[in-house]
Formats: sequence, C-alpha cells, structure tokens
Amino acid sequence: MTYSEDMATLDAADIGFSEAEPRDYFALLKPRVMSLVVFTALAGMTIAPGAIHPFLAFVATLCIAIGAGASGALNMWYDADIDRVMSRTSSRPIPTGRIKPQEALSFGLVLAAFSVLTLGLLVNWFAGFLLAFTIFFYAVIYTMWLKRSTPQNIVIGGAAGAFPPMIGWACVTGSVSLESIVLFLMIFLWTPPHFWALALYKVGDYEKAGVPMMPNVAGMKSTKRQILFYAVLTACVGVLPYVLGFASPVYGVFSAGMGLVFVQRAWRVFRMLDTDAVMAPAKSLFGFSLVYLASLFAVLLVEGLAVRFGL
Amino acid sequence: MDQIKLTEGQKKVRRRRSVAIAVALALLVVLFYVATIVKFGPGMFDRPL
Repeated sequence: MTYSEDMATLDAADIGFSEAEPRDYFALLKPRVMSLVVFTALAGMTIAPGAIHPFLAFVATLCIAIGAGASGALNMWYDADIDRVMSRTSSRPIPTGRIKPQEALSFGLVLAAFSVLTLGLLVNWFAGFLLAFTIFFYAVIYTMWLKRSTPQNIVIGGAAGAFPPMIGWACVTGSVSLESIVLFLMIFLWTPPHFWALALYKVGDYEKAGVPMMPNVAGMKSTKRQILFYAVLTACVGVLPYVLGFASPVYGVFSAGMGLVFVQRAWRVFRMLDTDAVMAPAKSLFGFSLVYLASLFAVLLVEGLAVRFGL
Repeated sequence: MDQIKLTEGQKKVRRRRSVAIAVALALLVVLFYVATIVKFGPGMFDRPL
C-alpha cells in the first residue's frame, strides 16, 4: 500500500486496513460447533408440542445459529492470546492476524444483538431471552471467568452448549418443561467426557496455554474416573426421552445401545495406562462421543418430523 | 491532497467483503418482509379504519 504523489510507503497495519476475506469472518462463527447447535435446536423444535409456521421455524433456527456464531466470535476475541499458543487453535483468524481483535469483538456483538432481537421480535421473547442468556453464559461466564480459573470450566460451561434444544423447544411452546430440561441434561452431562477425552491427549497444549483442564490439575487418574462417572450418567439420561414418553421405543433401544457403547469406550479410557503415549482409547472416545450425541438427536429429529407430517 | 492507493489484492478483498455485507442486508430485508406477512397473515388488512 502506498501514498500516491509522494514516496512514503505504508503497510496495511499503519492505517488499520482490513485484509480479511468473508470466509475469515465465517471462521469466527465456529461453523462446526454451529452445525451441532443447529441440529440440536432443530430436534428440540420438532419434538416440542404445538405448531410453528415453517418459515418462523427457519427464522428461529437461523437466529440460534447466528447467536451461537456470535458466541464463537466473542470467544475468539477474548481467547486470542491462548489460541496463539495451542496447536489446535493457532490457525484461527485472529492469531494469524487476518482479523483484528477489535473487529472480531464488533462482529460478535452486532451478530449477538441482531440474533436476539430478531428471535424475540419474530418468534417469541422468552426464546430471545434464553438465546441472550446462552450467549452471555458462553462469552462471559465460561470464556472470561471459568475457563482460566477452574478445572470445572467445561462442566459448568457445558450449559452454554446444552441450551440450544431448550431454545428450540421454547420457540414453539414459549416455555421450559421437563422434556426440554432432559434435552438440556443430555448435552450438559455429555460435555465433560467429550472434552476431557480431548484434554487427555492434548494435555501439553492446555499446559502451555495455562488453561486449568482436569488432567493438568487433578491428574490423569482422577480425570479418567470422572469421565467414566459422567459417561454412565450420560447413558442413563440418554434413554429418558423414551422413559418419559416423548420418544418412541425405537429411540429407547437405540439410545440404550449407544449408551452402552459410550460407557464401554469410557471404561477403556479408565483402564488406559497413564504412561500410554498414543492414547488411542481417549481418541476413540472423543470421536464416538460426537457420533453418540449427533445420532441420538438425529433420531429425535426424525421422530419429531414424522409426527409433524403425520407419518 | 495525498491519497492512499490500495493494491489490486486489497481492492479485491474489500469488494468481496462489500458484496458479502450487501447480500446479508438484502437477505435480512427479505426475511423481515416475508416474516411480517407470515405473522400477520390475511388479517393484516382486517382492521377498523
């Protein structure tokens, strides 16, 4: 970049000219997390009792997705310093310099405001309030407070990821009920074994960044024990939609089978030696945990759609 | 008066960002337009004058 007419040369940073591509802004939204959020919110919406216009259901899904994306952008703004030192996050738009932290902050705040107001205006204000609370919980309670201060960070912070099906439910009913609390618990209890399995084999990364994940603070043995504990709870709560009567016997059998596999993978992690360098059981549990949650919500979603379309 | 001249690459990314913002705004207009019709429905004009 140059001044015309004279010989002075400036680079982009001198005048703050952004060289970010639209796809860099899209990356700020954490699209992979967003897809799971959309999926679980849709499941909550379809199995909720009551009617919602398909277009408003689309608007609600869009708002929840954008709200989740806004949380991701605010998280990347605040965590840019630790993202820089962790291998998993070092190629994100802020650590690589493609987007400035202030730009990410503005982007996140604008999207958060737009998504909450649009959901409130077009769908209902209770769902809008839940979405606002979710964004606040993830960006402030989890990212700014818990993440760097306690090994229980992802246990409590997991609530942020667990709210979307509850928001989906609230979009249709305008309220919270026992069923939507069960959907919340399914994700809330699943979060610790999912993230601690990752933390076991990325322990060096978290150590370097100074994030107090459970393996760094309480050690491998305690983490593996807690993974097993939460995996058993997750498997038990996973069948509750059938037990409480808002999912079919097919879901009941499927969730019980998947729960057993989930516990079996957690058991293999529990039996894994502390000296194991490859940590194949932890990697396998991490991979399976994604399949577990996605497939359970997929079945709920299909069943919900089948009921709505009278199949 | 001195002016800042952008390189071709910088002009390109600025154009792409501008197009992305324009598309997002246009979609927002369409979204609110359709949602208004959906929410009010045929009763939109059914009111005392």
